[in-house]
Amino acid sequence: MTDNQIITPVIVHLFTAILQLVFWRKTVTQRILSITGCLIGFALSLNLFTKVLQGGILTMNAANWQPPFGIVFVADLLSSTLVLLTSVSALAVCIFSATGIARSRMLYGYFPIFHFLVMGLNGAFLTGDIFNQYVWFEVIIIASFVLLTLGGRKAQLEGAVKYMALNILASTFFLTGIALLYGITGTLNMADLSQKVPLVKDQSMVNLISVFFLTGFGIKAAVFPLYFWLPSSYHTPPSAVAAIFGGLLTKVGLYALFRFFTLVIVPDNTIRIILMGMAVLTILTGAFGAIIKNNIRRLFSYLIVCHIGFIIGGLGTYSKVAFAGAIFYLIHDIMVKTNMFLIAGLIRQLRGTMDMDRLGGLYAGYPKISLLIAIVLFSLTGVPPLSGFWPKILLFSAAFDTSNYAFIGSLVLGSFITLYVVARMWSKVFWKSAPEDPPPANNFDLLSPLKKTSLVLPVCILASSSLFIGLNAEFIARVADTISNEMIDTTPYIKAVLGK
Amino acid sequence: MKSTILQAASRYLLPILLLFSIFLLLRGHYYPGGGFVGGLVASIAFVLHSFAHGTDNTMKILRYKPLSLIPAGLGIAALSMFLPVLFGQPVMTGLWINQPLPVIGMVGTALFFDLGVYLVVVGVVLTILFTISLNTH
Repeated sequence: MTDNQIITPVIVHLFTAILQLVFWRKTVTQRILSITGCLIGFALSLNLFTKVLQGGILTMNAANWQPPFGIVFVADLLSSTLVLLTSVSALAVCIFSATGIARSRMLYGYFPIFHFLVMGLNGAFLTGDIFNQYVWFEVIIIASFVLLTLGGRKAQLEGAVKYMALNILASTFFLTGIALLYGITGTLNMADLSQKVPLVKDQSMVNLISVFFLTGFGIKAAVFPLYFWLPSSYHTPPSAVAAIFGGLLTKVGLYALFRFFTLVIVPDNTIRIILMGMAVLTILTGAFGAIIKNNIRRLFSYLIVCHIGFIIGGLGTYSKVAFAGAIFYLIHDIMVKTNMFLIAGLIRQLRGTMDMDRLGGLYAGYPKISLLIAIVLFSLTGVPPLSGFWPKILLFSAAFDTSNYAFIGSLVLGSFITLYVVARMWSKVFWKSAPEDPPPANNFDLLSPLKKTSLVLPVCILASSSLFIGLNAEFIARVADTISNEMIDTTPYIKAVLGK
Repeated sequence: MKSTILQAASRYLLPILLLFSIFLLLRGHYYPGGGFVGGLVASIAFVLHSFAHGTDNTMKILRYKPLSLIPAGLGIAALSMFLPVLFGQPVMTGLWINQPLPVIGMVGTALFFDLGVYLVVVGVVLTILFTISLNTH
């Protein structure tokens, strides 16, 4: 059934961005509009999520063209969950940006571009057409180029060049894959592709296409050996931008991998082994990279890479339990990773640096903020009963079911190294006494109470989402279980889209 | 570049090119043309004028900053996209009036979408070119 509600999380950010263009250079109005838009977006996506949770898959045929000919938007539980998480992160980041982004960046359109980016993310999650998904990816990339380079410092441009080169390469692979897929099946609708791909006589062509999509999405998701653009670009932009990038941009690549390799093409053993190998190496390289980093944001960038490996491993294991674990981890990861970069921004406001050797004594100076940050770090490392703990159990049990000891080993190692680097960061940044020379630059205490709130409130929002995920693990596990059912048995999706 | 011939010609060419761009815009839905091409032709008209008379004079006849055309165009396009929702149709469904209007022809949401594209293209092209030419002088 056609239901316009699906598209509302996309539309609301479009209209917010346009309204902000009208108020170009009026930064106060833009801030108010941005927070209002994100609040409305959050309400709409929460509404969509509950509707899908209770009533099942919703679809909308754009321009009233019947699938498989027109573009169809589909909200199944995976899409609507991710849209909901996106809007929570977007809300937190836009509140943080109100103080955390310099006025000079706002004058050059930070907020409109931010909303175009969120619009692109929501669109990419909701579309049911593979070419349309490419278009949404382009929207995301263009918006992220602007956000990455806004400000024009030398380090930013250097990071942006790497980011842009790799992402354009990824898009080319993605587009070539689409062209080949269209060539052999004659359709672009994902549900229709799901039915037509198994009928293709030349299955070696299908494998070739899988590799194209694996490379394209793999670069975007930052998996081994294609991840190096991420640590070299994520530490350059302002923290609010890094937060939305770290929390969501790589996750779109993951979402696309999951959608493609469960719905469109069911991977054969070779692809599964490749996925598994990539996962193990991603975990190891990410974890070892994180050990040697002394800058908080560089450390977090490597942790992103490490934990993407956990999720890819869930896809590579290709069982119901593994999917549930990977999706649970994805839900947890979006909240925590967005929050970690916001925390890095907060620490920078408190001390004027992100270098661990020059930091220290935060616990003595700000005990309440430190305890808040501690909750997030505990969730990240997976201390029970917080959010990182539950998905790991599912992933472990899936790996034991398939006797995949390489994955188990790397999961254990990845978790321990995460624990180690986070503990090291905690002792260096919070417990160790601050170095005397040079004296810490403190911007935070000079800010007005409203501005202080706008820096701390987003961390609170995301930390309480993490707590909610951890303490309501039963509910989240049920959602993840339903999603993994949808991935294993795609007939309800196909029936909802094509009506047969 | 000061050239009397170009200045005289551009004075006549500006309205003609603008009319032609509107013709392309209106023709767009079923025939070659449309908002994008129309917008490019319209911006060429202003660029030609700025070559002959200088960017400052062209800014004067435009009255509004080209930048302000971008939100206006985007707004018109987004509204025309969203309008069908009020009639209970899916987003972007084409709504048409029953009788063709004289000269303009069939009017529907697609025309307003094209109009939005037209304004965005003019806004973007002129903003980019004027920014470059004002900075190089």
